[in-house]
Amino acid sequence: MTSRADTRESAALFRPNVPVRKLKGYIFTGLGILSIAIALGTLLTLLVDVARDGLPWLNWDFLTSFDSRFAERAGLRAALMGTLWMMALTILVALPLGVLSAIYLEEYAGDNWFTRFIQVNISNLAGVPSIVYGLLGLQIFVRLFQLNRSILAGALTMALLVLPIIIVAGRESIRAVPSSMRDASFALGATRSQTVRHHVLPYAFPGILTGNILAASRAIGETAPLLVIGALAYVATTPSGPLSRFTVLPIQIFNWTSKPQKDFHGLAAAGILLLLVVLLSMNSVAIYLRQRLHKRF
Amino acid sequence: MDRTFVGRWMSMVMVVALLLVACGGGEPAATTVTGADTEPTADTAVDGAAGGEETAPAEETNGEGAGAAADRGSLSGRIEIDGSSTVLPISEAAAQEFKAAGAENVDVTVASSGTGGGFERFCRGETQVSNASRPIKEDEIAACKKAGVEFIELPVALDGLAVMTNPETEFVDCLTMAELKKIWQPSAEGKVTKWNQVRKNFPDEEIALFGPGEQSGTFDFFTDEVAGEEGASRKDYTASEDDNVLVQGISGEANSLGYFGFSYYAQNQEALKLLGVDGGDGKCVKPSEKTVNDGTYPLSRPLFIYVNADDAKKQPAMEAFVNFYLSEEFTPVVATPEVGYVELTDQQYQGVRQRFEKRTKGTEIKNGEFNIEDYAGS
Repeated sequence: MTSRADTRESAALFRPNVPVRKLKGYIFTGLGILSIAIALGTLLTLLVDVARDGLPWLNWDFLTSFDSRFAERAGLRAALMGTLWMMALTILVALPLGVLSAIYLEEYAGDNWFTRFIQVNISNLAGVPSIVYGLLGLQIFVRLFQLNRSILAGALTMALLVLPIIIVAGRESIRAVPSSMRDASFALGATRSQTVRHHVLPYAFPGILTGNILAASRAIGETAPLLVIGALAYVATTPSGPLSRFTVLPIQIFNWTSKPQKDFHGLAAAGILLLLVVLLSMNSVAIYLRQRLHKRF
Repeated sequence: MDRTFVGRWMSMVMVVALLLVACGGGEPAATTVTGADTEPTADTAVDGAAGGEETAPAEETNGEGAGAAADRGSLSGRIEIDGSSTVLPISEAAAQEFKAAGAENVDVTVASSGTGGGFERFCRGETQVSNASRPIKEDEIAACKKAGVEFIELPVALDGLAVMTNPETEFVDCLTMAELKKIWQPSAEGKVTKWNQVRKNFPDEEIALFGPGEQSGTFDFFTDEVAGEEGASRKDYTASEDDNVLVQGISGEANSLGYFGFSYYAQNQEALKLLGVDGGDGKCVKPSEKTVNDGTYPLSRPLFIYVNADDAKKQPAMEAFVNFYLSEEFTPVVATPEVGYVELTDQQYQGVRQRFEKRTKGTEIKNGEFNIEDYAGS
């Protein structure tokens, strides 16, 4: 009886008010769609604008010729090769270093003030302006290590720049591996390094690769630190080794946009498109690897 | 399963490494004299054709183009240039044409750290040539001296600074240097904001000011000429290091006023209105090849290269490059639209060539005054 009365009472209190709630729902959905439309719309506008300026200039000659003061003969062969070299060396240096640091911090290091100190500093490093890394690279790699203004000096500087990103992403993904996996491995008599190599790392790898994608995407577009390191404005040879002088795509694009001739602005747009292609293909390799190596717990 | 994981990892690294070797392998080091790389030769052939067109008159007159080209073929080495981004187009063209003119094994690279940044490297002995849009400063000379770097100062071209407004601004055609000072000097900040404050018969309209940022050599030169002191400028104007942004600003705003290098005006003539400048003698002069060259346009400046004297002595490739830079074969390129500056006269270039031949060291700038005649016979 009483429960029935309660129900009736609460039913009286309960006002479904369906239209208003539905309306609120619609408004919220609308806001969501609007936000995404603004974000994607901006990107799309930029891409369409760049594509409109740049597409007429994209052809095979553009990829295979060196820079020239005649727009119709200018190409970015040197810059393209420079960027490929730079990215390959940067990842080769930064990925192992970053992953090993992440493994150390997550699997080996004890929870003491020193570890916390390192952790705070890594997070801080991620926020340091890139030009500061350039100055550091100039003093250490270019002058102290006598690497001169080479690709290697640039790549090492870039590696420093992206290291925090890789470490942070690596730690997140290592932490996401359930500790039951480790316990099971230890229970079967595996050492810590065996556990890490055989169990933790394979499961964490997709996440590590995501960090690598982020890092590469950051490094490929960086101009400031490389300007400080001494990337060239004009060079008519492709790099022959890690110690060659170099230029990279963002610097070539920057030079072209600052020229007075309109045609070079078109070339710069074409350069931007190419930079996007290089970036997307690099990332798709990483995504492909991530899918293939993906393991489920 | 775990093995294969590590195995895949390793193979990925190796694929990357192989790719790198493959990419690099196709390009023999440019410093090797024997390197008969097919690709650069093809490039040079294309460039050579165009270069030949431009330089044809010069070759007719001296008739030794072929001989010089053959000599250049035996040269090899590396020349590093850094410095002003204003001079970059000239040095870039010189590098390109030098290669096209036979010096296939000489690698000339050009960076653009700005005039100051360039001198910093030059005085450490890191570069052989420094591009400069202003003469070397006292402290830079001291730095060079300290490091034992001796330099040869060579003017290579002239550049006019254009003063411009929006094409629809009809009331103004010419400004005097005094009026420019009235507008741009530091004390004008926040005070001189209307055109009728500049000249009584101008309308009561806001002036929209545009100019290069403080890092720019153009800014240094303009402030020095107009306000009488380098770096002395009002700060409440729209500043950009990118001249193309200034073009947009000046052409987009009514009653605007701004300045930048003449070559940017030349490429955007339909969007801008060029103003004449009156140096104080009542004559209104617009920048042109003629008025910049004979100095009647008050806002023209010399562009320099500074050459490391020691390297010029020791390295034949370097000597050949500087000779080429100053030769009749190359100097007409300075005035082509792709480069966009004003040539010195033949006689003046001859003077500069003599200076290099005699390896006259040091600067000819006395009390900040540049006089092209000082370079001849020195």
